[in-house]
Amino acid sequence: MTLPGDWEMVVGLEVHTELKTATKMFCGCANKFGAEPNTNVCPVCLGLPGSLPVLNVRAVELAMAIGIALHSTIAPSTFHRKNYFYPDMPKDFQISQYDLPINKGGYLDLPDASRVSIERAHLEEDTGKSTHLGGTGRIHGADRSLVDYNRSGVPLVEIVSGPDIRSSAQARAYASSLRAILIATGASDGRMEEGSMRIDANVSVRKPGAPFGTRCEIKNLNSLRSLQRAIDFEALRQIELLESGGTVRQETRHWDENLGATSTMRSKEEAEDYRYFREPDLVELVPSDEWQHRVAEALGPMPSERRSSLIERLSAPSETQLDAVEVVIDLGLETYVHAALDANADASLALARASNELAAGIESLGNVSLSAFTSTVLLEQSGALSATQSKTVLGELLRVGGDPVTIAKSLGCEQLSSDSLASTVASLIEENPDEWERFRAGDEKLAQFFIGQVMKRTKGQANGKQVIAELHARR
Amino acid sequence: MKTAEEIVRDVRNGATTASSELDDALLAIKARNDELNVFLYVDEEGARRQAESVDAAISRGEEVGPLAGVPVAIKDNMCQRGVPTTCSSRILDAWRPPYSATVVERLLAAGAVPVGKTNLDEFAMGSSTENSAFGPTRNPLDPTRVPGGSSGGSAAAVAADMTPLALGSDTGGSIRQPAALCGLIGVKPTYGLVSRYGLIAFASSLDQIGPFAKNVTDAAMLLEAIAGHDEMDSTSLPEPAPALVTHVNDGVAGKRIGLVRDLVDGADEDVVHSVERAAEVLAAAGATIVELNIPEFRLGLSAYYILAPAEASSNLARYDGVRYGLRVDADDVTAMNEATRTAGFGDEVKRRIMLGTYALSAGYYDAYYGQALKVRTMMIAAFARAYRDVDLLLGATTPSVAFELGSKVSDPMAMYLSDIFTIPTNLAGDAAVSVPFGTGEHDLPIGVQLLGPGRSEAQLFAAARVLEIAEGR
Repeated sequence: MTLPGDWEMVVGLEVHTELKTATKMFCGCANKFGAEPNTNVCPVCLGLPGSLPVLNVRAVELAMAIGIALHSTIAPSTFHRKNYFYPDMPKDFQISQYDLPINKGGYLDLPDASRVSIERAHLEEDTGKSTHLGGTGRIHGADRSLVDYNRSGVPLVEIVSGPDIRSSAQARAYASSLRAILIATGASDGRMEEGSMRIDANVSVRKPGAPFGTRCEIKNLNSLRSLQRAIDFEALRQIELLESGGTVRQETRHWDENLGATSTMRSKEEAEDYRYFREPDLVELVPSDEWQHRVAEALGPMPSERRSSLIERLSAPSETQLDAVEVVIDLGLETYVHAALDANADASLALARASNELAAGIESLGNVSLSAFTSTVLLEQSGALSATQSKTVLGELLRVGGDPVTIAKSLGCEQLSSDSLASTVASLIEENPDEWERFRAGDEKLAQFFIGQVMKRTKGQANGKQVIAELHARR
Repeated sequence: MKTAEEIVRDVRNGATTASSELDDALLAIKARNDELNVFLYVDEEGARRQAESVDAAISRGEEVGPLAGVPVAIKDNMCQRGVPTTCSSRILDAWRPPYSATVVERLLAAGAVPVGKTNLDEFAMGSSTENSAFGPTRNPLDPTRVPGGSSGGSAAAVAADMTPLALGSDTGGSIRQPAALCGLIGVKPTYGLVSRYGLIAFASSLDQIGPFAKNVTDAAMLLEAIAGHDEMDSTSLPEPAPALVTHVNDGVAGKRIGLVRDLVDGADEDVVHSVERAAEVLAAAGATIVELNIPEFRLGLSAYYILAPAEASSNLARYDGVRYGLRVDADDVTAMNEATRTAGFGDEVKRRIMLGTYALSAGYYDAYYGQALKVRTMMIAAFARAYRDVDLLLGATTPSVAFELGSKVSDPMAMYLSDIFTIPTNLAGDAAVSVPFGTGEHDLPIGVQLLGPGRSEAQLFAAARVLEIAEGR
C-alpha cells in the first residue's frame, strides 16, 4: 500500500516469543500448551507465599541463541520486577529484564536486502490466561472471570526492533524472517495462532526527514495478515488526523480483526507506573564466554545464510523458483535440493519436488534419504518416470521409505515403451486431424493438447518430453 | 528445662524418648500459652508423629539426626505443609501451605520435632509483636512488657521454657532484638547461609532465618542443621553448612575486636555499661579491643525504612483475594482487591506498603529508593573497611531493656528506633549474634551484639561463648 502525499510511516515491532523449553522459567512445571487448566502448576508459578524463583538454564541458552542469530551482544544482565495488579499474574508482578537485558543491539537482514536494527532481546516470564465470561466479556463488567495458570511462568523472549521499518510489507517480512530464525534456533515453534509468538507494533507517521511523530502501540495482532492490515489502518488513521488539523495522542490501541480497525485501549496518562526494581530473589546472570561459545557452536546457519547459499546455485532464478526456495528454507528441506543439484539435477524440478511433495509429507521426512530423493528427481528428469509417477513414488517414499526404482516397479509405473507411445500418438493424430494440422502449421500450443490426450489414454504413464519428441518426429 | 544438647544425648542413649520430651513441651505450652499468647497453632498431631518416628528409629537401632527429639518452635511466617501459616495476618485467613519451607524439611530430617507456629508482628513488620492480628505476645520474664519483635513469639517460647529451640527471621533485627529483650542467644546468619525457600517474604534482600536458644551450643546445633546450600533459593550461598558446634570453645585469643561507638552511644546507661564490661571480658580472654567510629551506621535506619518497605510493597502485592486467603467480595476485581486488602492488612503493614510504593514511584525513585541503595553500598564498604582492621565488632543489640506493652504503639518512629543497632548488619548481608550479658532496670536482661563479616558464624559463636562463660552459664 502506498501512503497518500509524501507521508512516510515509521514502525518498530515488539515480538514476544514463548521459548520451547521442557519446563517453565523459574520452576520445574511442564511448559506445555493445551493441558487441562491449572494442572501444570506448583507453589512457584502460582506465586504462593514463601516460594522463590530459580532460573531455567535452558531458557537462558535459547535466549542467547536468539541473540547470536540476531548479531546481538550477549551481556551480563539482571532481572527486575514489573509491578502491577492483574488476576492472571499470580505474584502481581512480572519478572522481566529492564536496564540490563541479556541481548543488546543487533540486526536482522530481510530477503529484500533491507536491514532492521534490533534494540534488545530480553528474558521475561509469561502470565496466566484469563477468560472473561458474560457481561462485557472484558475484565471489568464480565459476570465471571476464569484464570488458567498453566502459562504462568512460561519463559518468553521479547525482541524489540529499532524504528527502522517503513512499510507494512516490510513489517510483515521482518516478522516472518524473525519467525524463521526463532524456529531455526529451536527457541520457539513460532505458532502465532497458539500465542507462542505475539507481536505489538509501534506506528507513527511523518514527512520525509522530519523528526519522528507521536507513536501509538497496537496490540492484539494475532497473524501476519492482521499485522500488515493493522499497520496500514493505523498509518492512514494518523495521516487523516494530522491532515485534518488534529494531533496524534500517544496511546495503546487494540486491533479488531473483524472491524478492520484500531481503537483506544488506554492513553499515556492512564499508563501504569510499574515501579521497576531489581528482583532480589535472583542473582546477576553472567553467561561465561565458554558457555556462549558452546551455544554458538550448536547453532546451525541461520535462514538468511541458508537462503543465499541455495540461491547462489540457481542461474537467474525465476519467481517460481524463489517462491519454492522460501518454502524449502522455512521447512529446512534444502539439504535435499543441494543433494539433487550435486547430482546435476534440474534446479526447477528439484525445487518443485521438495517444496511440494516433500513439504506435504514433512512429518515423515525421516523415511526419505537424500539419495532416494535425488534418484527420483533424476528418473523423472531422464523420462524414466512421468511427473505423475514421480509424485507417486515420492509419496510412497514418505510413507514407507525404500528405493525409488523398486517402488516404481512395484507400483507398476514403469514407463510406456517407446513403441506403444508411438502407436498411441499415431492413433491420436488420426482421431484429431484438425488439431494435428494446426500443430503442423506451427501452433506449438497444440503440443499440450496432444500431451494431455496421451496422458489420459495412458493413465499418466507417458513422459511429456517424449510425447513432444514423437510429435516433432512426425511433423 | 533441659538444653537441646542434653535432650539429643538422652534421646540417643535411651534415658528419655522424643515422645516424652514432646509431652513436657506440650505441658509447658498449655501452662502459659493463654497468658503469654506465644503459639498461634500447636501441631500436636504432626509433632506426635515426628517424635514417634524418631523413637521408632532409635528402637530399631538406626542412626538419628543431630537434633533428634528436640522440640522446636517455628515463627509463623515459615511454611509447613498442611499447617495453618498466617504471618499473624487476617489476609492469610485459613491458608494451609501445600509445601514446607526448606528449614522445616531440614529440621524434620535432623530429627527435630516442630511443635507449632509462633506469633509475630504481622508479616514481620514490627519490634514488639504487638502488630499481630491475633493479639500481642507478652514477655515471659515480665508479662507487662513486650518480648520484642518481630519474632517475639519464638523468643517467648524459648524464654518460657516451652521449647529449647526456636526459629525466627531477621530483616532488621527481628531475631537479635527479641533475643536481647528475652535474655536469649539470637543469631542473624550471613545472608544466603540459610535457605529462604518457604519463608514468607517481607524484604527479600534482607530477610534471613536464624535460631533462638538459651545457650551458644544449642544455637550452633540448630544453625548447623538448617544452614547450607539449597537449590530452591537462588540467593543461597553455594557452600554446605559450616561446622559450628566443634568451634564454640575456640575462644577469642589473638582476635581483634572493634567496639563501635556508633553501636553503643545513645543507649541506656545500663546497656552501655554491659557492652563495655563485655569488651573487658573479651580482652581478658586474649582479644585486642579497639574503639571504632563507623558513622555510616547512623544512616542505616533511614535507608532501611525505604528499602524494606519498597520490597514489601511488591512482595505483599500477591495478597489480592484472587487465589488464597481472605477474599472480600465486591462488584469487580479491582474493588475486590481493594476491599480484601483494606480488611486483611493491619495499620503497620498498610503504612509500609504505602511508604514502599511511594519510594519506588516514577519521579520519586531516584530521591528515595535510588538514594537508599547508595547508602546500602556505603554501608557495605564501611563494614569491609572495618574488617580490614578487626575480626569482629562489638556493640549493643538494643538501646534499652524490654519496654512496656503499649508504650510505643502510637509512635512508629520510637518503635523503629529500637532496631537502630541491628539494621546495619542486614543491609550489609553480614552475620551477627545477640548474647545476654548483664541486666538493666527491673533486673531485665541486656543483649550485647557481636558482629562479623559474611560466614564468620563460627568466630561469632566462639566469642559469644566467652561472654556466656563469664556470666556463669
